[in-house]
Amino acid sequence: MVAATTSDAVLPNTGGTVLSVLRKPSVLPGFGLTLGFTLTYLSLIVLLPLAALALKAAGLGWSGFWDAVLTPRVLAAFKVSFGLSLAAAAVNAVFGFIVAWVLVRYRFPGDRIVDALVDLPFALPTAVAGIALSALYAPNGWIGSLLMEWFGLRVAFTPLGIAIALTFIGLPFVVRTVQPILQDLPPEEEEAAAALGATRWQSFRRVVFPALLPALLTGFALAFARGVGEYGSVIFIAGNIPGLSEIIPLLIVIKLEQYDYAGAAAVGVLMLMASFMLLLALNLLQAWMRSRHAR
Amino acid sequence: MLAKKAVGFTPALADSRWVKGLLIATALAFLLLFLVLPLVSVFVEALRRGTDAYWAALVEPDAVAAIKLTLIVAAIAVPMNLLFGVAASWCIAKFDFRGKDVLITLIDLPFSVSPVISGLIYVLLFGLHGLMGPFLKSQGIQIIFAVPGLVLATVFVTFPFVARELIPLMQEQGNEEEEAALVLGASGWQTFWRVTLPNIKWGLLYGVLLCNARAMGEFGAVSVVSGHIRGETNTMPLHVEILYNEYNLVAAFAVASVLAMLALVTLVVKTVLEWRFGAELAATRH
Repeated sequence: MVAATTSDAVLPNTGGTVLSVLRKPSVLPGFGLTLGFTLTYLSLIVLLPLAALALKAAGLGWSGFWDAVLTPRVLAAFKVSFGLSLAAAAVNAVFGFIVAWVLVRYRFPGDRIVDALVDLPFALPTAVAGIALSALYAPNGWIGSLLMEWFGLRVAFTPLGIAIALTFIGLPFVVRTVQPILQDLPPEEEEAAAALGATRWQSFRRVVFPALLPALLTGFALAFARGVGEYGSVIFIAGNIPGLSEIIPLLIVIKLEQYDYAGAAAVGVLMLMASFMLLLALNLLQAWMRSRHAR
Repeated sequence: MLAKKAVGFTPALADSRWVKGLLIATALAFLLLFLVLPLVSVFVEALRRGTDAYWAALVEPDAVAAIKLTLIVAAIAVPMNLLFGVAASWCIAKFDFRGKDVLITLIDLPFSVSPVISGLIYVLLFGLHGLMGPFLKSQGIQIIFAVPGLVLATVFVTFPFVARELIPLMQEQGNEEEEAALVLGASGWQTFWRVTLPNIKWGLLYGVLLCNARAMGEFGAVSVVSGHIRGETNTMPLHVEILYNEYNLVAAFAVASVLAMLALVTLVVKTVLEWRFGAELAATRH
């Protein structure tokens, strides 16, 4: 945004006097109008309602808050949500990396369709994904019946089913964060490694993988964060047994249905705090990525 | 996302045919299992009892009401976020001011909030036992378990879509064209309609497309504020849930298949936009 200021020296500032304290001068009009609208809309739709959540949880008091949150059922739900999201994100880190690699480095028939299809979990409504996965993995479903017959494995209505749904929902994140970085990776480094006698595997391990690691971790964290909050695709396949396969968002819904507003708010606040910690870690990660990239 | 033509690979970057085959097979098997099979199963289950049962499930009054409600909610929520997205990206991309990074973070906030919490906050605010509940009741206004609540929850979850697409795009384009127009005597509005809008139209369409897909498909947030009144506050995803829980699988998958088709159309239009106008869309996106 440095380029914008060149003409400011010759042209007078047309903005209001109060706002000019806040911003650098510019000839373009509409700053006050658009910023005012943006802040008002943001406050009404996002900030005030989120404040209501904090207020409701704060109404419980410090000990009341922890009493509402530190129950075996809530703790079990946190364990289920965080543990299985972590597992699903790990699966996506491995296979998402392979998908990104294949899409960038190889050409095969239908590769562009495959590339477009990767975004399906973003576009498909979660409830549709939920019923489709639960029908597929049910004991009489296409995949569920095979797993039952071959391994005696039950997937639907168990924690494993939750992990499947979370894998579906988190799939695009790793692919879409690794893909552009891999695309922009200069081939010279790998060529240099090869010229210096490195095998293909060595140059992957020492040259390519370290360059992609920050993107891979970002994708992993995004998939993880999405999994923790996911509701629609999970509840159909989960079985929803308290303490075993009950996720945090469902617990919040159950508390609401029992008119335990304060309890729901307390669990919600704890979950939000956990997500924000993740977001913070993610921002630090991206800052690290940029500093490595800039070199 | 995909480069239009394969990068000219040097031998140093070529993997052996064996490695290449194995990796492609692994990737395709993973995507087949997790993406293609669920998608196909929606249509197979929907048509299990034939096309007559399929159509019957879609023209039944509650399904029609759900489809109508979904369209109404999206028709209110998407234009609201469109207007907001344009305003927000104008002030963020065209001006330098203090606190800009904080503002961008706050705009992205709804993406990191669980859908259930997105619904919960409005129940805490406007519900019968919520902060403003008694006041709203005395005024005879109902927000939760009614259409306004559905719209609010949908606006919240789709809040960042347009803004997040337009901000990087407008930042990339800079201010020179607008400044030229103003110097030549155009008014602010003329500059926006004649200069800025034509520059961002494809990015805008892209953002609106994704915003609309999410608005029509949202489940968690609207489920919390809806109250699940059949024929009144059930959107299509909620109607799918009710039918599924009643073991009316064919009808559930029939309605789900309409949503799946919406998702496919969204993907196709999105891909076409990326192929044809890739340079005119924001470069940074995941």
